[in-house]
Amino acid sequence: MTEIQESYIVRIPRGVRLREDKQRGGWVLLAPERVFQLDGIAQAVIGHVDGERRVGEIVDRLCEAYQAPRERIAEDVIAMFAGLVEKRVLEVA
Amino acid sequence: MTASRSYDVRPPMGLLAELTHRCPLQCPYCSNPVALERRRQELDTETWRRVFAEAAELGVLQVHLSGGEPALRPDLPELVAACVDAGLYANLITAGVNLDRARLEELADAGLDHVQLSLQGATPEVTDHVANMAGAHVRKLAFAAEVTDLGLPLTLNAVIHRANLHQIDDFVDLALELGARRLEIAHAQYYGWALVNRAALMPTREQVVEAVERVEAARERLQGRLVIDAVVPDYYARLPKPCMNGWGRQSLNVTPSGKVLPCHVAESIPHLEFWNVAEHSLDEIWYDSPAFNAYRGTDWMPDACQSCERKEIDWGGCRCQALMLTGDAAQMDPVCEQSPYHDEVQALAVIDASGSPDFIYRRFARAT
Repeated sequence: MTEIQESYIVRIPRGVRLREDKQRGGWVLLAPERVFQLDGIAQAVIGHVDGERRVGEIVDRLCEAYQAPRERIAEDVIAMFAGLVEKRVLEVA
Repeated sequence: MTASRSYDVRPPMGLLAELTHRCPLQCPYCSNPVALERRRQELDTETWRRVFAEAAELGVLQVHLSGGEPALRPDLPELVAACVDAGLYANLITAGVNLDRARLEELADAGLDHVQLSLQGATPEVTDHVANMAGAHVRKLAFAAEVTDLGLPLTLNAVIHRANLHQIDDFVDLALELGARRLEIAHAQYYGWALVNRAALMPTREQVVEAVERVEAARERLQGRLVIDAVVPDYYARLPKPCMNGWGRQSLNVTPSGKVLPCHVAESIPHLEFWNVAEHSLDEIWYDSPAFNAYRGTDWMPDACQSCERKEIDWGGCRCQALMLTGDAAQMDPVCEQSPYHDEVQALAVIDASGSPDFIYRRFARAT
């Protein structure tokens, strides 16, 4: 499993596209031969990935929006990003 | 949208666009039908553009631009742009022997999302022999380098059979060397040309087991570096594959002449009536055409499938395979161990694996 640090910048790589799925509702990540249907939480998190923000900044923004303990949000976000990096639909730098 | 249906029909996710059946390669396991469609029958640019727009409207998310060799279409960049304009993810499935840097740049500029390159072998000897084209391997490697150099994501696809099964580790090394993000190790599926060549392609059970182990080991070793997807060979299996994830459930296939099929082999079922994009919208075809509704849901299944807990996992397996091996498209897939034909299929595989015929290469029949 890839270690994700809060200082990492995350981005959606070329070949992966985030878009709304009007017919089925919700948002999807389109990747080579794969479609990831995002639930509300994943959509809220990935919506903050703009290729410039660091993981820590994304966590901060989510804290403001959801008013949950920072530690808990950081843990969830890092786990989600690690899973997406593993599937090669997210890159870290 | 008939109200009397006992199943729901959801919108499709993927569309395989066979832009042409022409191809510079002659792979003996080609997934195209043995009766190839000719250039004069091919849809024009405008019609494809309409098909892509209708597909997006219908709910399709990804289009796989395939063939034959899609790069033989001079309008390929326009077709990529048409997909992108419609909001569709555009995936090019190519043999990579006739696309130079300038052309590839055109496709990238048009918004191409991803390239899938076929590799017939991991060395020039094997690739050139299987594809029946001298120099193919070298051209493919050069093409792969251009793809990654342009920053386009690359998948390598290797169809595995007796003549290249010993090269699995080499395919993995090649994928890493070429900077591919994904590798597909797909055992040949015996339809169309592969069925014609089954005795030249079928591996032994021991070879299949070893191949599966090698793929598993590589997948574990390279987690996070290379995504490896495997398609397992089904003649030796106990359970059928969930073919297409169910008939008319997720994807559709448009042939060069515009016929719309639930899968690329579906025309092998002779009693089905396939509608053409020239006469119907994609929406009508998906929801109302007899071919798409023929094996949807579970009502068509034989009793043994109806009472099986896997009926909505396997969806009865593959209809085309049921027809080919049992004579009845509504039979359970004979790969299933519950099938009365199961032992026969395994025996077929063993017999074919012991043969040594030459390849019958994929070619257009002589014009009549």
